[in-house]
Amino acid sequence: MSKIIRTAAKEPFKPEPDDDLIICRCEEVTKGEIRRAVHGGFRTTNEVKRWLRCGMGLCQGQTCQRNFQNIIAKEAGISVKDLGMISGRSPARPVMIDVFANEVIDAEKDPEGK
Amino acid sequence: MACATAYNLAKRGMKDIIVLEKKEIGNGGSNRNAGGVRQSARDVRELPLAMYAVSRIWPHLGEELETDVEYVQRGNLRLGKTEAHKKILEAHTAKSTKVGLDVRMIDGEEAREICPYMSEEVTSASWCPTDGHANPLKTTLGYYRMALRLGVTFITGVTVTGIRKAHGKARIVQTDDGDYEGEKILLCAGWESRKIADTAGIELPIIPERNEVLVTEMEPEMFPVMLGTADSDFYGHQSKHGSFVMGGNSGIQQYYSMPDGAHHPTGPLTAPKISRGIISYFPVLKNAKIVRSWAGYYDVCADKVPVIDQIPEVPGLYIAAGFSGHGFGISPAVALAMSELILDGSSHTIDISPLTYDRFRAKG
Ligand SMILES: Cc1cc2nc3c(=O)[nH]c(=O)nc-3n(C[C@H](O)[C@H](O)[C@H](O)COP(=O)(O)OP(=O)(O)OC[C@H]3O[C@@H](n4cnc5c(N)ncnc54)[C@H](O)[C@@H]3O)c2cc1C
Repeated sequence: MSKIIRTAAKEPFKPEPDDDLIICRCEEVTKGEIRRAVHGGFRTTNEVKRWLRCGMGLCQGQTCQRNFQNIIAKEAGISVKDLGMISGRSPARPVMIDVFANEVIDAEKDPEGK
Repeated sequence: MACATAYNLAKRGMKDIIVLEKKEIGNGGSNRNAGGVRQSARDVRELPLAMYAVSRIWPHLGEELETDVEYVQRGNLRLGKTEAHKKILEAHTAKSTKVGLDVRMIDGEEAREICPYMSEEVTSASWCPTDGHANPLKTTLGYYRMALRLGVTFITGVTVTGIRKAHGKARIVQTDDGDYEGEKILLCAGWESRKIADTAGIELPIIPERNEVLVTEMEPEMFPVMLGTADSDFYGHQSKHGSFVMGGNSGIQQYYSMPDGAHHPTGPLTAPKISRGIISYFPVLKNAKIVRSWAGYYDVCADKVPVIDQIPEVPGLYIAAGFSGHGFGISPAVALAMSELILDGSSHTIDISPLTYDRFRAKG
């Protein structure tokens, strides 16, 4: 990640008319909340995600990541490619604990995978 | 530790504080942990930090940071199923009560009264009603945001490579972005502190050990307690959001290849083991869906408690590292102790005297 020098914002936060637009639908995070987070000092995709939960819901950012990255980049005056991405993580789709618990099914000993 | 210490220093009026971070804020354990704010089952040497944090800082930390840190103080259950488990729990409980912690042994029935969803196989538990949990993301980032507001400068994307002395004192922090200078230098880079301390001639007996965390979909509110087991099969809690956040290790984490500090890969063995641990204590959760897993590294110190100290051989150098997988809960108190070490020359509010850097001795 490239170098970023962070100091407190000099100007107060300026609200915008469409601040209540919902950007992350799973966690219901608005544009205004994202803009406010950047104003408060958060500068990367992960930082904003961890602060606001956008991208932490059911879709894990697959729908909203681009949109909230664009808002961060515009607000912080940096390029989207300097924000980093939400790391890809297992599991790709939600999986029951019961299924996850069984990483090795021995098909010969246990044909039904019990 | 860096965000919280910078905040404490700035609050007391210190100027010209710079925090150097190689990736982004919250890249390390402080954003990857499971949020346990626990006094029970701690080594008595770090118990004063835990007890001070719980009684004096955590209850109003959210207000102080103007952030909902989701602190919930509804107790910690450490569970056992066998006689051997019970012995482990009893030994911890005896040591902690001796130094004044309110923790006691209970049986399976009483544990199920506190947390009704638990398996019948649980036969014993230690119960510490003043323990709890908080949201590590909100806490760490909340400290960062406040420190920034109080005038601290954070520079991210800069990797520290060494510390150099000038005129007999720690003075220069070498980085891939050139040299930074400071009169007082605090090294708190998790397990990676070791190689940086090395460059100043200080040996820290710390190794990285991978731990992983699973998070489930939102579930109805089921229990407010923090959970752990005598065997450390898993630990975790249900967050305010409703998801369960549960962590653990594979049992062979000491032997994984060395991490590079930039990536935090999960492996194929750990999450299934944590899942089996969860189901064996909480069968009711077997259909809960995991949405994500991630990894972090414990900075495991030779004797499992941290080094929090100033280094007389390298005046101006301070170290806080080696938290061995339980540094989050005590971090507000560590930051206070460290700020006093830096500003006043000693930690006068909390006793950290057993946590010196030179306490390590040969065995035998
Ligand atoms: C999976 C997991 C679960 C845990 N669960 C709990 C729990 O329930 N309760 C509890 O109390 N504790 C828990 N812990 C432990 C706790 O998270 C840590 O003890 C604590 O966060 C350590 O804080 P720190 O500031 O020392 O280190 P970190 O938060 O790791 O911060 C170190 C920082 O230094 C940076 N850095 C490293 N090298 C360099 C360099 N060369 N130059 C610049 N920057 C560098 C890193 O990027 C990182 O951001 C857990 C830890 C893990 C990994």
